[in-house]
Amino acid sequence: MHNPQLDIDGKLKHLLTIEGLPKRILNQILDTAETFVGVAERDIKKVPLLRGKTVCNIFFENSTRTRTTFEIAAKRLSADVINLNVGTSSQSKGETILDTVDNLIAMHADMFVVRHAQSGAAHFIAQHVPDNISVINAGDGRHAHPTQGLLDVFTVRRYKPDMHNLRVALVGDVLHSRVARSEIHALTTLGVPEVRVIAPKTLLPADVEKLGVQVFHDMKNGLKDVDVVMMLRLQNERMTGALLPSAQEYFRTFGLTQEMLNHAKNDAIVMHPGPMNRGVEIDSSVADGSQSVILPQVTYGIAVRMAVMAILGGRQSAGERNTALQAASSMAPGGIS
Amino acid sequence: MDSLLTNASKQLQLNSMQLPNPETLLADITAKIAAQINSNSALVGIHSGGVWLMRRVLQTLKQDFPQHAIPFGTLDAALYRDDYAARGLKTDPKPSDIAFDVTDKHIILIDDIFYTGRTTRAAMNELFDYGRPASITLAVLINRGGAQLPIKPNITGAEILLQANQNLQLSQDTKGKLHLEVEQNNA
Repeated sequence: MHNPQLDIDGKLKHLLTIEGLPKRILNQILDTAETFVGVAERDIKKVPLLRGKTVCNIFFENSTRTRTTFEIAAKRLSADVINLNVGTSSQSKGETILDTVDNLIAMHADMFVVRHAQSGAAHFIAQHVPDNISVINAGDGRHAHPTQGLLDVFTVRRYKPDMHNLRVALVGDVLHSRVARSEIHALTTLGVPEVRVIAPKTLLPADVEKLGVQVFHDMKNGLKDVDVVMMLRLQNERMTGALLPSAQEYFRTFGLTQEMLNHAKNDAIVMHPGPMNRGVEIDSSVADGSQSVILPQVTYGIAVRMAVMAILGGRQSAGERNTALQAASSMAPGGIS
Repeated sequence: MDSLLTNASKQLQLNSMQLPNPETLLADITAKIAAQINSNSALVGIHSGGVWLMRRVLQTLKQDFPQHAIPFGTLDAALYRDDYAARGLKTDPKPSDIAFDVTDKHIILIDDIFYTGRTTRAAMNELFDYGRPASITLAVLINRGGAQLPIKPNITGAEILLQANQNLQLSQDTKGKLHLEVEQNNA
């Protein structure tokens, strides 16, 4: 089946989910992100790649951090950025998603960054936009959050470059986490041999083993000898759904304390996609401790998002050129055979 | 090298015979660079060929000028190229790495082949995002002719005029020895 994220030449056209993306594309994004890490350390933290392009952040669901990092990434590429918090604007007046998108296309937007509470929303928009526009999924329902998954594996690769020799554990609410799905797909595609999930049964999807992970229901065994601990955010609203007894009870069983972390390898790193619930899924002393790479994750998130936009922006331009050439040749008298 | 030679259809072996020895050219430009070195100089190589050359030049200069700790760095310039709109980003850009303060330095910018001048322009734009150098001197192994901008190298190993459909390629073998080849580009 044709992957809607790739164009006919096999180049990245939209970034909607990591599922089904070839290793070559993941490595291209990660390698390109390496070139952007240093940009933030210069006098002038900007490169001219997307000068004259307009990036639209369309957020149907609020997320200050993700929107901000996409905005910084686009601005460091010299793009113009428009932020739409649709939840608070036209949609509440009854406009459909596609009407909103059509209006932005009419304003000559070049790239859409989309966050939506419904799974599949970014795919839906990607199918609708003309060929020269790229769509980046910034989180759709429980489905995917590909740039978060990419920045997480980028962080892992920076601290633990030998991906083929790693044991990684994801801890917490896998059931509701689009981040977990994206992380699992990215890790397995890049050849990490052992990915574990550690969670209570109520917070695991029924067929989680099919994703190629090992399942643990207790922290001690699950964390034993792992190189990377990826914590997931426990969403407070889950407490009301009878999935968990209480935050205190959850912390006692699945919270990451230094004592628990000591079961992992001595040089294991601790990650969290944010925002953190200190004292619920992670203890403050671990979050701020020497093994934590939670803030570098944020920094690398900008480099990874710059890489995705730079790759997509270059394809767009080439696409426009080809379309223009085709149009010119089809308009030539007698055509060009 | 064997695998390259079997790909003979793309190569003009005759031209390869007539090409100068890149090791001789390197010795020549190293001597010219040494004549310009002062206590405020720094070397910057452009990926990939320019970085190989920069490292070799640096080796020699360290022996000649033990009193100067010459700062050095590398540039890719992929993020500043003017053909991004037409070609997109190349799939394997290398990170630029300039750890020293560029401001007020006399930068010797090193590349392997000088052609249109567009890579040099991109590299200079990138350098200025690190700071304001006192000067930039461009040193290249070969100027193959065909400049499209008012930019030319200050230090050149050799000038070899090539046709637009010819591609001059510097390579480095596993022992670090440099090789030059001309490929015929029939596209």
